[in-house]
Formats: sequence, C-alpha cells, structure tokens
Amino acid sequence: MSIFLNKDSKVIVQGITGGEGTKHTRLMLKAGTNVVGGVNARKAGTTVTHQDADGNDVELPVFGSVAEAIKETGADVSVAFVPPAFTKDAVIEAIDAEIGLLVIITEGVPVQDSAEFWAYAQGKSTRIIGPNCPGIITPGEALAGITPATIAGKGPVGLVSKSGTLTYQMMFELKDYGFSTAIGIGGDPIIGTTHIDALAAFEADPETKAIVMIGEIGGDAEEKAAAYIKEHVTKPVVGYVAGFTAPEGKTMGHAGAIVADGAGTAQGKKEALEAAGVKVGKTPSETAALMREILKSL
Amino acid sequence: MEFQAKELFAKHGVPGTPGIVANTPAEARAAAEQLGVCVVKAQVKAGGRGKAGGVKLAKTPDEAEAHATAILGMEIKGLTVNRVLIAPAASIEEEYYFSFLLDHANRRYLCIASVEGGVEIEEVAKTNPDAVKQIPIDAGLGVDEAKAREIVAEAAFPEALTEQAVQTVLALWKVFVEEDATLVEVNPLARLAGDKLEALDGKVSLDENAEFRHPEHAEFEDKAAADPLEAKAKEKGLNYVKLDGAVGIIGNGAGLVMSTLDVVAYAGEAHGGVKPANFLDIGGGASAQVMADGLDVILNDPQVKSVFVNVFGGITSCDAVANGIVGALEILGAEASKPLVVRLDGNNVEEGRRILAEANHPLVTLVDTMDGAADKAAELANA
Repeated sequence: MSIFLNKDSKVIVQGITGGEGTKHTRLMLKAGTNVVGGVNARKAGTTVTHQDADGNDVELPVFGSVAEAIKETGADVSVAFVPPAFTKDAVIEAIDAEIGLLVIITEGVPVQDSAEFWAYAQGKSTRIIGPNCPGIITPGEALAGITPATIAGKGPVGLVSKSGTLTYQMMFELKDYGFSTAIGIGGDPIIGTTHIDALAAFEADPETKAIVMIGEIGGDAEEKAAAYIKEHVTKPVVGYVAGFTAPEGKTMGHAGAIVADGAGTAQGKKEALEAAGVKVGKTPSETAALMREILKSL
Repeated sequence: MEFQAKELFAKHGVPGTPGIVANTPAEARAAAEQLGVCVVKAQVKAGGRGKAGGVKLAKTPDEAEAHATAILGMEIKGLTVNRVLIAPAASIEEEYYFSFLLDHANRRYLCIASVEGGVEIEEVAKTNPDAVKQIPIDAGLGVDEAKAREIVAEAAFPEALTEQAVQTVLALWKVFVEEDATLVEVNPLARLAGDKLEALDGKVSLDENAEFRHPEHAEFEDKAAADPLEAKAKEKGLNYVKLDGAVGIIGNGAGLVMSTLDVVAYAGEAHGGVKPANFLDIGGGASAQVMADGLDVILNDPQVKSVFVNVFGGITSCDAVANGIVGALEILGAEASKPLVVRLDGNNVEEGRRILAEANHPLVTLVDTMDGAADKAAELANA
C-alpha cells in the first residue's frame, strides 16, 4: 500500500516533448513507473522513445489532449511540465478529462491562475498536487514527479513536505528505513494537496507506521495540520520547520515562504505542532534522529 | 508606492486624483502652484508615513517647497525618501477602508471593508471587530455587479454613496485581476464634501510570478532602494536575500537553504554568535557559471568571513556540483579570498567529493554532514 500513487498507476506527461518533460519521463520510466504516453497538441500522432527500468525501449504515443490520452491508454495520473503561461489551461484540461491525480511540477505559476483552477477543481474528481513541487514517489513502485528515485527504498515512513530538497534530504537521512510514499506538496501560496490531505491519507494507509511532516515559514498550513493531528492522527508524527532565521517581510525562495506582520513564523509553527504532541527537530538530522527512535520502538 | 498604486487606480477608472510626483523641492513648488492647497506625501514602501512626519499639508507653494525640503532625504522605517507626491487637499467628511486580497489559507480571494478607515485596519479589527467586514470571493466567479452590490451592502457604506461605491468596487476589482495583484488596498476611501467618493491613498502588491504578463510592471521596481548586492544578484537571475551575518550561504532548493540558515545560526551560538549572511538558492542546476555568479555576489559582501556551500544532489549529480565549485574558483581567481566549507550529499556523492579532494584548493574544506559543515563554517567566520 501507499498513498495516491502505486505500481498500477498509469501515468501520462503533459509537456512530454519539452526539455524537462523529456528528461523526467526518462527518469520516471527508469524508476519503474508505468508511463503510458504524453500530451502535446502540436505533436499529436507522433511518438517518443525512452528506456524502461529493464533497459528495454518503450515507444510512447503523444496525444492531442488529456481526454484522448485517457481514452486510449486508461491513464489515471498526469504529471504536468508546462510553462507557467500555459499551466492554467493544461490544468483545466486535465480536470475536464477527469484525471484522478494531477501533479503540477511547474514553478512560477501566477497565483491568480492557481486560485482559479483550484476553484474550478472543486466538486470535480481530480486531486491536484502542486504547483511548484517535486511531486510524489512510492519507492519501488512509481514516481510522478522529479524526486530522485535512488535515494531511499520502500519502508514504513510517510513523508509530506513543502520543499523538494528537504524531502530529498530527509529521505536520505532515513534511507535505512525507507518510505511508504513521499510527497512534496509545493511552496506556492495556493497549492492543491495540503499537509492535512497527506496526513489523512497516511493515517489510513496500513503500510505507513509513522509520519514525517516538513513545513516552512509562511501561511498557516502547519498550524492547521497541528490541529488536525491532535484530533485525527493516531500514528506518531515527527515535524521539522525551516526558516527560524528568516527576516520579516522577505520572500525566501518559495513564493509562499514569507513572514508577514509577525504571522507565519517558524517558532509559531513549531509551538503549534508541539502542542499537538508532535516532536519537532531543530535540524533535519535531529528530526531524523527523533523518527529513528520512534521506529526502533515500533 | 502610493503614486504607483494611484497610477494603476487611474488606469482602471478608480475615482481619485493622482497628484503630481516631485523629486526636488522646486518641483514640489511648481506642483503646488498648479494644484493650490495640497498635501506633500513621502513616497516609500512603508506604512505609518504620517506618524513619521512624512505627510504635511501645504497652504501655499512656499509651504509645499519647505515641506518637500524637510521630507526628501528623510528616513522612514529604514527607507530613504527620494520623492514626494503632491496631492490636492481634500475636504474629508468620512474615511472608509477597502481591500481585495489573496486569502492563502482558504485558497480564494477576500474583500475587507470597513466604515472605519483612515487608520490601520488591524487596529480597527482589535478595537471594533464588528466594523470590519470580511466577504469571501470565489476565484472562479470573481466580482460582477451583483457581487459588488452585495459587498457594498455588507460594508454598510452610506446609502447616498451606494452607486459610486459599486462602481469603485468594480474598478478596484479590475485593478486586482487585470494587474495580477495579491493586494489592492484603499485607505482611506473617503467621502468628500458633496458626497463624492475618492481613493485618497492606496497600496497595490503585484504577483512576481505574473511579470511575464505585465512587462510594464518593471518600472515599479524601486532600484534606488534595493540593496546593491540584491540588485546584482537579481541581474544575474539569482534568488538572493541579504541578511546581517558573517557566514555566506549557497544551497540548492528554497527549503534546504532556509534550513541551512537555521543550522548555521544554531552552530553560531557556540562560535561567538555568528549568523548567516544571506539566503541564496542556486536551484537544481548548480553549473560552474551559476556557482561562480553566486560566489561572486557572496564574496563581495564585506560582512562575509566564510562561505558554506550546502548542496544535496537530487537530479543534479554531486560531481557536476563539485566541477561547478572548482570551475567557479578558477573563474574568480584571486577574487575568491574567503574560506569555503562544502557539504555534498546525494546523487554520485563519492565522485563529487573525489573531485574536490583532488583539486585540493587551499580555501576549500569538505565536511560530510550538514551540521558538521555548519559548525566548521561558523568557526571560520569567528576566527
């Protein structure tokens, strides 16, 4: 088991012929993902060829639309590598085609576009992860995104993080235990899947025994997650928050990472998590050590 | 800044008088001669300008010139005033507050309106919360005339102003949507003599991610006020924030770099309280040129005593990063004069460490762990 993504997932890539799309289609296939095709309206009818995990050539069809790709391949997951200016249209197209899971890797999407497609997705059947995220990996089964598949294998830890490289760092620190699923939800002010969505799914996933939650300054997602953990999560959760030394009023890389008018501080988030019974590490390695202790006692 | 917000207001038909921007006392006098009784207002990106003495009423051109002389060059919240706005004085009967903003937490937009304006809205929210109305806006539906009427009714603006208020709300919504703003604020939205509604002061925050749709927004950037190192980094396309410390930081990925700052600050506690000097995210690529550009900016920070390069090789492999560092030091030559502590982990780390060990650069120290490297960098900065 895992959350949101497994070995049976059939994955298409929106923007499969672009630079990033090409590179990561290759890496997703290499990680064992069942990539079944891609979308680019201008190159519909052509194919792209990559190698799968066993080194065999696979020829992937390029479709004119997500709807057509689903009809022909039965795809249920799409990964979008589409430039910011075209992301909103690509997302709405995927929602209209009723794709089950849509992972938006693109960084730099105008926030009003995200607000608009988020509103559009309400009451429809598509789960959105991102934008501005590394995507999701269920080690040994499938990768929908850009997370390096070689860092860690399968195991009992569920990981949810706003940040890509901190996801990688934490997977690396706990590689001897491994992960059920690791999901990077993205650093934008408006994102689809939240910490809470991932926590709920990990709580329900029998394979996940413990959860690492990584947050950062800005917004109140961590505070809300803390309240949710207190009420609904019975599995042990270890937390980490980045940005204790971030100055007020400065955006730290991620568009959503900003302390404004004293709200969204790392200290406030840490305190909220601790009040919910979550052990919070001061550094990534201390966080990993806290998780290690929990895993030993399970 | 106010005058820029007012330019955007005027463009979209928000009622108000933009006024005249003056860079010198003489220009202020000329503007006052044209406008009559006027207000001289400091133009900086900060609130509380009035309290700081940056807003003065001038009854004559002489007074306008004198106020401009006093205000130009003044510092407000650390920002130097380089220009003033000369706005015609208005006879204000009532002051209201109005804004549209992005509501991150609920993933939609929010309208905040109050009949108690002219003061900080956070204060009103504390002292008289009932006077602050919050009206959620569905991002898919936006604000049409019916919604604008709903907002005006909810805000409880006086009935005599209803039609003007509806038109103003629609115009402000156009500013919000068509300019890709994350905040459009009018404070005060004033009822002037003769029941005229006007935006007397305003603030607009624009979404940087939407710059590609608005090349004209580039002119709003305040190059004069920007930190010179931040300006240099921006020119090179680097994601850099100047801080006040001695350990220069380079890393890949926003989260890891934020985390690196924290780890360095903790390590610094044992080394005379040294702190991180900057935030710099070089992204996934980490080529020699990007590394050189990043090091160039950091080494030009006179406060920097040591540099911590913290890279987790995800998609990028560590050998490419190591070659980037070696290449960067070659490009910089004698300019590279401060010790570098490098921590590499992840994809192809052995090869990366081997390349750095082989290059054996006198300034470079390799440390295996993030915590260990932070400690070393802090120690070197305190030496």
